[in-house]
Amino acid sequence: MTLTGQTSTRKLLYWGSHYLMIAAFVIFALFPLYWLLKVSVTPNDILYTEGVRLWPSRTSWENYAFVLTQSNFPHYFLNSVIVSGTTALVTTLIAALTGYAFSRFAFRGKVIIVALMLITQMFPLVMLIAPIFKILAPLGLTDSLTGLIIVYTAFNVPFATFLMQSFFDGIPKDLEEAAMIDGNTRFEAFRAIILPLTLPGVAATLGFVFTAAWSELLFALMLVSSESASTFPVGLLSFVSKFSVDFGQMMAAGVLALVPACLFFLLIQRYLVQGLTAGAVKG
Amino acid sequence: MNTGTQTGKLPVERRGGFSRKFSGIIEPYLYVSPALVLIIAVMLMPLILGLSYAFRDIRILNPFSGGFVGTAHFEALISDQAFLDALANTAWWTFGSLLFQFGLGLVLALLLNRQFLGRRLVQALVFLPWAVPTFLSGLNWAWMFNPVVGPLPHWMTSLGLMAEPFNILSDPDLAMWGPIIANIWFGIPFFAITLLAALQSIPKELYEAASIDGATTRQQFISITLPFLAPTIAITLMLRTIWIANFADLIVVMTNGGPADSTQIVASYIFTQAFRRLDFGYASAIAAVLLVLLLAYALSVIALRRAMTHTDS
Amino acid sequence: MASIQIENARKSYGAVDVLHGIDLNISDGEFIVLVGPSGCGKSTLLRMIAGLEDITSGAISIAGTVVNELQPKDRDIAMVFQSYALYPHMSVAENMSYALALRKTAKEKISDAISGVAEILGLTALLDRRPKALSGGQRQRVAMGRAIVRKPQAFLFDEPLSNLDARLREQMRTEIRKLHRRLGATSVYVTHDQIEAMTMADRIVAMHDGIIQQVGSPVEIYDRPANIFVASFIGSPAMNFLEGSYEIADATTAGIRLSDGALISVLPVADAKPGQAITLGARPEHISIVADAQSGGLPAKVELIEPMGLSTLVHVTLAGKPIKIFTMDRPDYPVDSFIHIAFDMAKIHVFDTASEKRLPPANAAGILT
Repeated sequence: MTLTGQTSTRKLLYWGSHYLMIAAFVIFALFPLYWLLKVSVTPNDILYTEGVRLWPSRTSWENYAFVLTQSNFPHYFLNSVIVSGTTALVTTLIAALTGYAFSRFAFRGKVIIVALMLITQMFPLVMLIAPIFKILAPLGLTDSLTGLIIVYTAFNVPFATFLMQSFFDGIPKDLEEAAMIDGNTRFEAFRAIILPLTLPGVAATLGFVFTAAWSELLFALMLVSSESASTFPVGLLSFVSKFSVDFGQMMAAGVLALVPACLFFLLIQRYLVQGLTAGAVKG
Repeated sequence: MNTGTQTGKLPVERRGGFSRKFSGIIEPYLYVSPALVLIIAVMLMPLILGLSYAFRDIRILNPFSGGFVGTAHFEALISDQAFLDALANTAWWTFGSLLFQFGLGLVLALLLNRQFLGRRLVQALVFLPWAVPTFLSGLNWAWMFNPVVGPLPHWMTSLGLMAEPFNILSDPDLAMWGPIIANIWFGIPFFAITLLAALQSIPKELYEAASIDGATTRQQFISITLPFLAPTIAITLMLRTIWIANFADLIVVMTNGGPADSTQIVASYIFTQAFRRLDFGYASAIAAVLLVLLLAYALSVIALRRAMTHTDS
Repeated sequence: MASIQIENARKSYGAVDVLHGIDLNISDGEFIVLVGPSGCGKSTLLRMIAGLEDITSGAISIAGTVVNELQPKDRDIAMVFQSYALYPHMSVAENMSYALALRKTAKEKISDAISGVAEILGLTALLDRRPKALSGGQRQRVAMGRAIVRKPQAFLFDEPLSNLDARLREQMRTEIRKLHRRLGATSVYVTHDQIEAMTMADRIVAMHDGIIQQVGSPVEIYDRPANIFVASFIGSPAMNFLEGSYEIADATTAGIRLSDGALISVLPVADAKPGQAITLGARPEHISIVADAQSGGLPAKVELIEPMGLSTLVHVTLAGKPIKIFTMDRPDYPVDSFIHIAFDMAKIHVFDTASEKRLPPANAAGILT
């Protein structure tokens, strides 16, 4: 009797502290986002007087209305969707091919290519801005969405490749061998059998690259000078520099920009863990 | 059957297009080539070009610049106190962020590795900071540290950590904590995701066997969990160290290296040299030094690991 | 259906040679079993026939066509994998029709073929299921069905039964045999299980270290193993081996002198000189338990009695070597007691210890001259 009593108290204590710690992590993760939201719905006249209150006495959507109707934000937003969406698609396609080769073939130079990809994860990207500008300018790819897409794709391919590889590693080789005996070439087997089975991996990679491209500021700032080709992070900065800093509107724009990235991420985060697990089992 | 049959069947082989062996050899390169072309054109070539700038005088606003200056930039670097301070700050920034990101990420992964009510929702929520654009989180955290509009200084005062609410970002002694805290917030999910994946790949039978052998939870953690996580921990710590050392966005947005250069790290110093002073030659020289230091770090970590695993076996 | 010729086929990975010149002719409609321990190269040989591995040198031809340079898809063969390799995202029917659809077979023809094969294999009710919703045995059948629908030149099997439990494996063995009789398809079957090899093969190809050790019918391989490896690998419980030296008694009798001085009589063999080091092989069923030394028995110490239902296996030691004896009796000797055992002279195998090769019995005339 006492023994079970003891264990149940211990269990209670264990789960109590478990949930307490979970709650702490959730609050730590969400509070800054909550604050962002709070500032964005606070009317300008009480932004400073009620600055430290947890919730303002009055809320208004005027910041959102302004951002959506009076600013260039919808245009930036569209640019960002185009750039991030295309980057995600192209990167995932290229990374799927390369990841498949890494997973299935032993070939001369593989080690060098893997090392090259690892090293690209190592350098300060800041130092590439000027050279990239110099290479892209004569091609007419500066100040253009296409140029940004090319640069973002190159930056994201290495990590996306390793991610895709770990997904492919989790799929038995027998499957494409069976398909090759059934009448496919290797590439057809890859497309018809293997790729459909890695859809979670494709989704995870798409989401990962999308959020990375969606957030990028430095290159967007340096390679693009015109309003028409600006992405939303650049546009968001213009709230700081052009007018007197209008924090409410900026935060409203920020919340709006956060929505697609977060939605995407919520959908894919499960697959991200799965994919890394599949790879870990093999390796 | 020998040569006779083979020559007799030659047309069959020709019909199949190029030879099986040949296509087998080039096939992997076909898959890899798009990535390779892109990386060489957009990363490797600019890198080499950028390294060459380190030996030239490149200042955007000076039409007479562009000449070869040899190692002048590197000589200037040695006596550049701002650079040396930035190096020290980089170490502080990197390891300060890394320690907390990793420690808290590990705790979070362990918590999430248990089955409990609402686990999937919690997992989605706590990973969310990773999806937030870094400059946006930088702006937001700067805002929260501001005593006029942010709650943090007031909370710290009530906790007795501060005598009165003030902005730590404007105190040279404390300013670095601002970006570090923002970075911890942003970086925990990365470690939690990779470590959770590694935890889930540990065979459950091992724990069952250990508990039959009488191992306590703590002993199981030390004798099963940690050894299984070790490879993941080693590789993620190394990659993350390098990544954080290069990661200037939060600092540029939150403090811009100030006050009084107290938060200037090498990566943000490169940024300042290149885009505020427009001195690309000098900026490239700093970047080259940083690259060499990080490569040396990575290689020594790899060598150390190899030495350790060798003595193990 | 077609014959398969393999001529001096070699396989090496870099400096490591996996197959050292394999020669094998498989005739039309034959059921060949490649058997050997893991790492002997049997799977590699099968994959070379399938086109999944390159042939380093030599030639493989199917139906008279050299296929060295052909992709797997152009070889018109079907393969059943150990893991079954069913496409997880396709239904049973889709799995089975995949190859036909790739060959642009007419829809009606495909569905006819599938329902026919599903009927044979008892899969009709499962056609719309996904592989995930099937039991191990059912998956195995689908893998078979996928191969059969295609009516290929040859069937290749890569340890297809090793993931099934013992009872199911036994059942599938007979079923595959019946199917083969019905379809008359040339089949190459890889296994490490010598019982599968014995029960299923028209001819067994015993392999070891990348070399074919012996090719022959199951009975031939069992009764006249070409060397010590084949003798020890085929047969369960395994053959007993004793080492000694050769002695000639008279024209019709020879003997093997064991290390402890005991003599076991054997038929005289050709090519053996007195004093030559010999390894004697005796299957458990060719050793009998006799009353006493007078009846020609050698004393042996009982170590263990192992009842197997139908029969009993008696473990003893003779001249310090473990020996297993198969008996249909129900013996109850106490452990550590001594019994007398006798070897069936006509059934004993004699191997040259140095070369490990079988020394066939000579006829009486041969000895006299």
